Amino acid sequence: MSTKTETQSRGKAPAGERVADWADGRLGIYGGAKKNLRKVFPDHWSFLLGEIALYSFIIILLTGVYLTLFFKPSMAEVHYHGSYVPMQGVLMSEAYASTLDISFDVRGGLLMRQIHHWAALIFLVAMFVHMMRVFFTGAFRKPRELNWLFGFLLLVLGMFTGLTGYSLPDDLLSGTGIRFMEGAILAVPLVGTYMAMFLFGGEFPGTDIIPRFFAIHVLLLPGIMLGLVVAHLILVFYHKHTQYPGPGRTNNNVVGYPLMPIYMAKAGGFFFLVFGVISMISATFTINAVWVLGPYRPDKISTNAQPDWYMGFSEGLIRAMPAWEWVIPTGHTINFGVFIPLMLLPAVLGAIAVYPFFESWVTKDQREHHLLDRPRNVPTRTAFGAAWISVYFVLLVGGGNDLWAIFFDLSINTITWFVRIGFFVVPVVVFMITRRICLGLQRRDRDKVLHGRETGIIKRLPHGEFVEVHEPLPPEQLHLLTQHHQYEAAELPPAVDKNGVESRPGIIEKVRVRISRGYFGDHGQVPKATPEEYKEIMSGHGHH
Amino acid sequence: MSSQTGSHKDVSEKHLPSAQDSTAVAEVDENPFADPGIPHHEPRVQDIDERAAKRSERTVAMFFIVSMLATIAFIASFVAFPVDKIFYLFPLGHISALNFSLGLSLGIALFCIGAGAVHWSRTLMSGEEHVQERHPIAASPETKAAAIEEFSQGAADSGLGRRKLIRNTMIGALALVPLSGVVLLRDLGPLPEDKLRRTMWKKGLRLINQNTGEPLRPEDITVGSLVFAKPDGLEDDSHEFMHEIAKAALMLVRLEPKDIKDKQELDWSHEGIVAYSKICTHVGCPVSLYEQQTHHVLCPCHQSTFDLTDGARVIFGPAGHPLPQLNINVNNDGELVAEGDFAEPVGPSFWERG
Repeated sequence: MSTKTETQSRGKAPAGERVADWADGRLGIYGGAKKNLRKVFPDHWSFLLGEIALYSFIIILLTGVYLTLFFKPSMAEVHYHGSYVPMQGVLMSEAYASTLDISFDVRGGLLMRQIHHWAALIFLVAMFVHMMRVFFTGAFRKPRELNWLFGFLLLVLGMFTGLTGYSLPDDLLSGTGIRFMEGAILAVPLVGTYMAMFLFGGEFPGTDIIPRFFAIHVLLLPGIMLGLVVAHLILVFYHKHTQYPGPGRTNNNVVGYPLMPIYMAKAGGFFFLVFGVISMISATFTINAVWVLGPYRPDKISTNAQPDWYMGFSEGLIRAMPAWEWVIPTGHTINFGVFIPLMLLPAVLGAIAVYPFFESWVTKDQREHHLLDRPRNVPTRTAFGAAWISVYFVLLVGGGNDLWAIFFDLSINTITWFVRIGFFVVPVVVFMITRRICLGLQRRDRDKVLHGRETGIIKRLPHGEFVEVHEPLPPEQLHLLTQHHQYEAAELPPAVDKNGVESRPGIIEKVRVRISRGYFGDHGQVPKATPEEYKEIMSGHGHH
Repeated sequence: MSSQTGSHKDVSEKHLPSAQDSTAVAEVDENPFADPGIPHHEPRVQDIDERAAKRSERTVAMFFIVSMLATIAFIASFVAFPVDKIFYLFPLGHISALNFSLGLSLGIALFCIGAGAVHWSRTLMSGEEHVQERHPIAASPETKAAAIEEFSQGAADSGLGRRKLIRNTMIGALALVPLSGVVLLRDLGPLPEDKLRRTMWKKGLRLINQNTGEPLRPEDITVGSLVFAKPDGLEDDSHEFMHEIAKAALMLVRLEPKDIKDKQELDWSHEGIVAYSKICTHVGCPVSLYEQQTHHVLCPCHQSTFDLTDGARVIFGPAGHPLPQLNINVNNDGELVAEGDFAEPVGPSFWERG
């Protein structure tokens, strides 16, 4: 430091500043730096979920580049002569052979493969849970609906990047997955056979699918995802991060710590923590041991054929679907048994994607929302989210019905029937239960505000009665439990207004009013305590 | 609710909101739920005790030093361990020494950088919360008006609204030009034609045992066993092997002829030996789990279950139609041969299947 001050005193700027000057003259960096270097971000553990997703994406890119140096995306058949003894002389594709080489002959290659695969699994878990955090706290509300969609697209693209990625080694398991994909494409009415021929460059499996998946997996999808990630982050910066309600936190401010130095150290450090943990997992827990499975052959199969977890719900759809296959009068076959699951896949995902637009249509709320909701304060949304997750998990159970049957010694037919019925029943039950729980929590909040906290101290009054001492909440708590906005249920305009003009609301408006009543009517939320109620009780007269 | 009666009177004064501080008193009269503002910042021990701060500094430095050592360990293991060295480690079992040591040292090297940085920020950097104002995302009315004005000028200048001919032909040109890209995709693959309808099987073609590579004879197939067969002349290392076996793969079982319920199945069998396509009619996995007692076969992918005694009827699961049966017989040498191709397309159904 002392040398820098000396040079400054001699009238020359320090080296760092001169570099910055050079860059500023060409890029204009000082404006952005002034705005952003001390930009404040709020702190909460749940905000780390998105960071985990971002960092695992970066880890995937880094390890993925390394893997491309050794992987041969070719389906040319070779006899294996590497150092893995059990596969000696076995006929296999170059893709599978080079995956074995990466695993057994390249030093550190196995580690990079393991980190790449583990990071992909964690990437998708993190995106999924991050999306749930955003959903249940209402962080998707205006002005963040588009960023919600960017995030959603990242999740879907992440799923398909994962799918094309784990298909590349051309092992028995992933080849079976590609075969399944062919069958699903064939089920598309009218153009299915053409699509399959075009995708595979002829009959299944052909020799084109691995090179084509390779280009999609390493270039096309990650390229789009990289752009979306950048857009996602720019919008996070631009909108400023949401924050949880609390003392001093308002809809018009952001309370937290500055980017420099706190978040540079914390978030930068967190990247290394995530990378470190994934490395250690990869060192100790083997994943996707393709060498055990052997190369793909269309006439061979292993049991427990499972996709990676994030495709499990689609697997559940396909396994649970009844065998409906009809020949229509034109002499064509419609394979509903496969085609309906194929259509339900985007529908299940799409339901959560369009929710922000649905909710803003119900509330007609045009304001910006930067304070997060406590999930209990929006019972219907929370219940919808929980119901959606329950469908997802019912389908995951369906996707792993063989594993459930083995581990829990159950009948696979029973599990399949459970999934078939549960797909419709479980979300309804979960919806109702979650909504009741939220309303109960709201009621407890209201009681706490009006009657204070139970101290656990029992007092005996002079006339012998026992009472529990309740302690009024501190102002921070009072504020937190009452700060949320409660919508009023929408109402239809009176049938005839005061000028005698008949009002005829459209069917859509009628539906909206119905839904709004469900959200914000008497059964949709518990009215929060008002200052008047509080004062009345505090003044000692209001006891009941 | 008697428990609440009188309770407030017994609570010590200092817990009542009005007793908290003087500003709160005024607010409680107005609105007891008002935002009390950001809580007072409590300094950490490192903020007031330089020795504690020094301790934190040493902790951070220790993390960074451990990271450096771990990187050295990474390089050392890369050099030291041969790639094929396997050792036993409880409870992980037999694992690759190189993978384990590289992963662990890399993990520690990375984790310690992160731990050091986070500890540094939590203990030594300022722990005081900052407040920044937000500004509305939407533009002010003036900005909006100015933007609309600019746009109208530009639009008027282009004459797009007035000169319909230019507009319409431009839309036409822009709509057509992507067609070139679509046309280019034509050579991604051949047309389906009848490729999915036929397999290699034809009259007189011998059934070759997948395991031995020898022609199958009826006596090779015992009751209760499942035998896989491929067409004669299809070599494993030939160019067309993969896509031909994807359609022609065959499984054979021997049943008691009296157990066969389906008439055509009986006609197409030989001494109770029936040959069915191994490719599941659901989405094409090889069906291969055979229950000897019930003569059911189960597809391990999606659990479609077929009854081999009854024309491979689907008895459970998502498959839409039975497995196609191959009509078999024996030739003069006593070898099993096909009587022809499958009567219907094998594998998953498709639009043109009928």
